[in-house]
Amino acid sequence: MELKINGVVRRVDVDLSRTLLSVLRDELDLTGAKYGCGEGQCGSCTVLLDGVAVRSCITPVKAAAGKQITTIEGLEKNGKLHPLQQAFLDADAMQCGYCTTGMIMNAAGLLHKNKSPKTEEIVRAMQGNICRCGTYPRILTAIRNAAKELPHA
Amino acid sequence: MLEVERYELEGGPAYQFQPDRRDCFKLLGSGIAVLLLLSDQAEAQESGARGRGGRGRASQPSDIGAWLHIGEDSKVTVMTGKVEVGQNTRTALTQAAAEELHSSVGTVKLIMGDTALVPYDAGTFGSLSTPQMAPQIRRAAATAREMLLDFAAETWKAERTSLSVRDGRVFESGSQRSASFGELTAGRNIVRSVQQGPVAKPLAQAVAKIDARNIVTGSHKYTSDIKRPGMVYGKVLRPPEYQASLGAVEGQPLLIREGSFAGITGPNPEALPALLRQAKAEWKSTPQISSTKLYGHLKQTAQGERKTLNEGWEGCEHKLEASYKIAYIAHIPLEPRAAVAEWTGDKLTVWTGTQRPFGVRSELAQAFQIPEERVRVIVPDTGSGYGGKHTGEAAIEAARLAKSAGKPVKLVWTRKEEFDCAYFRPAGVIDIRSGTRKDGIITAWEFHNYNSGGSGLATPYDIAHKLTEFHRTDSPLKQGSYRGLAATANHFARESHMDEIARAAGIDPLELRLRNLKDERMKAVLRAAAEKFGWGKLKPRPGHGFGISCGFEKGGYVASCVEVSTAPKIKLERVVTVFECGAVVNPLHLQNQVEGAVIMGIGGALFEAIAFEDGKLTNGLLSKYRVPRFSDLPVLETVLLDRRDLPSAGAGETPIIALAPAAANAICDATGKRIRSMPMAPQNS
Repeated sequence: MELKINGVVRRVDVDLSRTLLSVLRDELDLTGAKYGCGEGQCGSCTVLLDGVAVRSCITPVKAAAGKQITTIEGLEKNGKLHPLQQAFLDADAMQCGYCTTGMIMNAAGLLHKNKSPKTEEIVRAMQGNICRCGTYPRILTAIRNAAKELPHA
Repeated sequence: MLEVERYELEGGPAYQFQPDRRDCFKLLGSGIAVLLLLSDQAEAQESGARGRGGRGRASQPSDIGAWLHIGEDSKVTVMTGKVEVGQNTRTALTQAAAEELHSSVGTVKLIMGDTALVPYDAGTFGSLSTPQMAPQIRRAAATAREMLLDFAAETWKAERTSLSVRDGRVFESGSQRSASFGELTAGRNIVRSVQQGPVAKPLAQAVAKIDARNIVTGSHKYTSDIKRPGMVYGKVLRPPEYQASLGAVEGQPLLIREGSFAGITGPNPEALPALLRQAKAEWKSTPQISSTKLYGHLKQTAQGERKTLNEGWEGCEHKLEASYKIAYIAHIPLEPRAAVAEWTGDKLTVWTGTQRPFGVRSELAQAFQIPEERVRVIVPDTGSGYGGKHTGEAAIEAARLAKSAGKPVKLVWTRKEEFDCAYFRPAGVIDIRSGTRKDGIITAWEFHNYNSGGSGLATPYDIAHKLTEFHRTDSPLKQGSYRGLAATANHFARESHMDEIARAAGIDPLELRLRNLKDERMKAVLRAAAEKFGWGKLKPRPGHGFGISCGFEKGGYVASCVEVSTAPKIKLERVVTVFECGAVVNPLHLQNQVEGAVIMGIGGALFEAIAFEDGKLTNGLLSKYRVPRFSDLPVLETVLLDRRDLPSAGAGETPIIALAPAAANAICDATGKRIRSMPMAPQNS
């Protein structure tokens, strides 16, 4: 099948019932999305399908057919980090970093539909993402700061 | 089965690093190297004298803590056996070297946790990297700095006092002359040894996490991201109940079957579980204790006799007796245990996220009956550990499968395997009896800890008559280290009980603590927390309550003040934490560690508990086991007391210990009800 990932069409020969996460990681070497729980409870595996954040560990690859898949590897443009990536760096919003890519992708999904979320809206949207190191305060700061940087067209 | 707090029981190094002078330069190129020696005997050997040959070895340095190399390209490389698991020790240790070399952190690269390259280290635990490893690296870097100054003075025939080091170069004052580190070290190939000694204090600089860019772009390779040429995936057959042994297996031909270990490999990791399910395995299980019977079981199986405190009770107005319970909880590092194993002939290389690279190397050597020299363990910066990644199960499993497959094998535990096969923070029962005079002075203190462990067991209060005992018991579940170890359990019981005494005596809980404390550092964090919180000045709103607690562990002092609300469910509204661990290394990351510990502590305090029945966990999934999430975040106010006059202690663990008792005391303040078991709000979802 064909998958449109980060603006590039990639061909994969896989069983259609496989998870999007495993196809991305194990077949296409896009390892930025992480396995954390396999039941959509932790958010480490988050990617965007047509701009909507999904848990790729419980999304069959066939559900991604014909859609624009955006992974963390696709956020950086021409060597310039996405405002969320930059905001996470500036706020030092990570400890072990394992949840970070999922946090950024889930926040990207939020900012895609809500350009200036209130703190309560960020908390609600991010509730499904776990940072076991407890970096939540800085992650909130980073998302708020990134929202200010985004073009408000 | 793991011992409680096994690291305290560990012996000396099983292996001694014996670097050949040429190895440093073969590996990193020409330049200079400084070895930090842990014993004077090693120095005698290094300088050429025939030593007494410690442990049967002679003529080579045997106990090296860390070493540092400066190459012709001016790059500074530091080798250490510590590993990065999110506590930002890579940053802190890089700062240690960079500060001594008067250069930016970008000048220095750390090679960590690769047993083929770095000196032996027992492991990254016990908050030891900052108090032990950082001074070693500082000492090595300071020695290198002095060597660079010597080289410049000699080359330029200059006064040494006119020279200074700055940003990777040596400068001469009063002239335009300067030289890079590389220009000064080129072609020298000098190895110098230095023993531990006094070092400068850290500069308390807020340096951002090293390699953070690779984290936000997703390009950092954790163990589970590594791919080797020809690699396949592995899966292990797990028992339906813990401690069950494997009998006959029919149906699916397994790749490997050895005792109770069985597994398969294949190119598609998602096809493996279905293949394993086809195996008709007979398991022999044994009766197991269920969580509803846990606390009785712990006391019934206690070893030795329980002593009784007979003195100190005279004249006591308030005699209290209470029992506290602490559940098993899981670490849940977001990166599950994982390993990639590769055999080359009879040599084994394993990439794995562990806090004990050399310990895992020993486990592998033992499992395959090969010398440790043939095993290399490499620890990529890892997706956290919290004391949960001390052992090498995944490494051994991957290596066994790789041996049978004849190919490199990657094995990543599922979240369910993490719950089912890893070890837990010990559960425990703590019994306390106390006797307090009318004026609030405690004169009798009897404390019995069943199974939780010894960390933080001794009371920091100045009490005339004390009896403190730890009782070993049988543990139905596998147990081991956890962030802060038993200090969380012991402080929960002790600091809850202090609050009970204060209530019985009608004395303010802060005042009661201060009356019974002599330790000025503890008083300082308590007073600072009370001040920041507004203790004694603010009044809780209806349904809200305030609580205070303090503690000492692993060189650090902490005090917490907590405000809780109780309707519709118990929630922490505000947490003030004051932490003092000597001289601050990096305030940015210290704050992150303190806040992270507090937030992790909310889980154990309020809702985390492993439930089990008849040999099975009944909540071993993230959908059933509640961990702190964004909505649990209280208003956090963190104060770091920077004691420039004191050596730096580690900070990854201790800030977790005061949260739970402060929350318990706040709940009691709000409701009048004393909750004596952790978690305190298990129904909270």
